[in-house]
Amino acid sequence: MEFIIDIKKKLYDFQLDVKLQSKEEIIGILGASGSGKSMLLRCIAGLVKPDQGQIIINGKTFFDSEKKINLSMRERKVGFLFQNYALFPNMTIAENIAFGLDKLSKHEKKSRVSALMEKYHLGDIGKRYPSQISGGQQQRVALARAVAVEPEMLLLDEPFSALDVHLRNHMIRELSELLKEFQGITLFVTHNRDEAYYLSDYIAVFNTGKVEIYGQKDAIFKWPGSLETAKITGCKNIVEATRRSENQLYVPQWDIALRTVMKIEPDVGFMGIRANQIKLLDEQDSQQENCFKVYIADESEGPFRTWLYLKIGSRPKSRADFHLQCEISREQRRHLDNLEEPFIMYINPDYVFFVAQ
Amino acid sequence: MNLDLSPAWISIKVTLTATAIVFFLGLMIAWLMSNYNGRWKGLIDGILTLPLVLPPTVAGFGILLLIGKNGPIGNFLEIFGVNIIFSWYAAVIAAIVVAFPLMYKTTMGAFQQIDPNILSAARTLGASEVKVFWQVAVPVARPGIAAATALTFARCLGEFGATLMVAGSIPGKTETIPIAIYFATQGGEMQVALVWVLIIFAISLTVLVINNYWESHKKNQQRGLGG
Repeated sequence: MEFIIDIKKKLYDFQLDVKLQSKEEIIGILGASGSGKSMLLRCIAGLVKPDQGQIIINGKTFFDSEKKINLSMRERKVGFLFQNYALFPNMTIAENIAFGLDKLSKHEKKSRVSALMEKYHLGDIGKRYPSQISGGQQQRVALARAVAVEPEMLLLDEPFSALDVHLRNHMIRELSELLKEFQGITLFVTHNRDEAYYLSDYIAVFNTGKVEIYGQKDAIFKWPGSLETAKITGCKNIVEATRRSENQLYVPQWDIALRTVMKIEPDVGFMGIRANQIKLLDEQDSQQENCFKVYIADESEGPFRTWLYLKIGSRPKSRADFHLQCEISREQRRHLDNLEEPFIMYINPDYVFFVAQ
Repeated sequence: MNLDLSPAWISIKVTLTATAIVFFLGLMIAWLMSNYNGRWKGLIDGILTLPLVLPPTVAGFGILLLIGKNGPIGNFLEIFGVNIIFSWYAAVIAAIVVAFPLMYKTTMGAFQQIDPNILSAARTLGASEVKVFWQVAVPVARPGIAAATALTFARCLGEFGATLMVAGSIPGKTETIPIAIYFATQGGEMQVALVWVLIIFAISLTVLVINNYWESHKKNQQRGLGG
C-alpha cells in the first residue's frame, strides 16, 4: 500500500501545496481549522480539482496534470466520511448502506448489508431513517456505507466534530477498532491532537496549506520539528532561546539555562516544554540542574487537573505576570498546600526541545 | 341554465398534458442549470425565467410568431399538413411556456438547497449521474418539486391570455374553463360563469391541499412520527 500526493491548489487566501508520500495504513492529518486539510481530502476524492500535480493511490493515478488524467469521483471510488455524515435523508439505514452495491445480486446485497449492520452495531435500525437515529449511530452508518463498496482508501473529515464530548471518546475507541479491520489506507483529518494521537501511528502536521512535518506520532509529540508543529501539537510553553553548547540552552526572558538531551544546532530559536512535563518537587534534591524556584501567579482548575501559571525567580507582580504553564493533578495541587513558596520546579532535560526560528 | 361541460374536459386534458411535460422539462433543465456555472448562466436563467414576468399576451404573441402559419415552426409543420394553431395542442404549448418558469425556478431553488456533501457522497459511492439525479437529488428535493408541480398545475389550469391568442375559444375544441368564464361574463351569463368559477376553485384547492397533506405525511414518515 502506498500513496503519493504532490498537488498545488490556489485557495481563497493561501495556496494548498502538499507533498506527502507514505506506505502507512492509518495517517492522521492534524492542523488548525482553515489550514486546508479538508481541502486535501476533497482533492483526493475528486470533489475538487487541484491546479497541478499528481495523486497516485496504490499505483492507480487519480490525477496527473501533466498527463491530463483526472478520474471522476465514481472512478476513484474512495470512501469518504463527511463531517456531517451526509446520509441520504430519503432512504432508510439499510438503503443507505446498500446504495453503492448495485453490482451485487439482491441476495448478496442483503447479506452484505446485514453483515455490516451487525459489525457496526446497528442492531435492528435498518428500517429507520437517518433523522431517527443518534449521532453516534449516524456516524457508524456513514462508515458502513463507505466501506460497503470495499474502497482502497478511506478519507475521514473531522469524524468526531459533530458528536457530544462523552460520545466522542466512546466513538474514538470504536472507530479505532473498526479501522484496524479495514484493509486499505485511511487518512483522517482533525484539529484535535488527542484524536490524531489515538487513532493513528503516523501524523502529518498541516499549516496554512503545507505539510509542516510528517512522521511517527511519538517522535512528533516529544520533539516537534518546527515551531508551528509545537503549537499545533498543543505545547503551551514556547519561548525564545539561544544555544550555549550542544546540550545547553539559555532562555533570556526567564534568565535561566537549561540542560537538554536533544542536540542543539542552530544558535537562536525557540525552546519548548509541555505543561504536563513540568514537575514540582517537595525539596531540592541532590541534582541542581534544571531546578528553579517558582511562584504561582495564577491558577485555573478543571474537574481533575489544575493549571498553574508560574513565575521563575521572583514574586509575580500580578496574575498576568508569569513565565510558564504547568499542568498537575488536583491531588498534587493539594499536596502543594503543605509546602511553602517558592516551590521547586524541575524540567526534565529529555522533554525540552529546541526548534529553529 | 344550459351548461356545456366540454370546457372542463378540455381544461383537464390541456392542464395534465402541459403539467406532465413541464414537470420533466423543468426538472431536467433545473438540474442542468444548478450544475452549470459557466459565464452564460445569468443570461440563460434570464431567458428561461422571462415568461414569468412578461404579460401572457407577450408569450402568446411569441408563440404565434413561431407556430403561426408564417412562423418557422408553423411553416415546417405545414409540409406534413399539420396545423397546430387554434388546436388544443396550441393551448398546451401556451400553458407550457407560461408555467415553465414556475417549475424551473422553484425546482432549482430546491436543488440548490441540497447539501452538496450528499451528492458527493453518492458519487464517491460509484453512482452514475443518472442515479444521483433520480435516486438522490429528486427525492431529497421532493418537497420543493412537489410544490413546484402543484403551482405548475394551477398555473396551467388558470392560463388565459396566451391560450386565447394561440388557441382561440372554439367551443368543444379549445375553449377552456378560464376562457368559458370570460365569455360567459361578457355574454351576461353570470350564473354559468359562477359555476365555472366554483369548479376551477374546487380543482385548484383540491390539488394544493392534497399536495400539502401528502408532503406532511412524507415528512412525518422520515421524522418518525408514524405513517
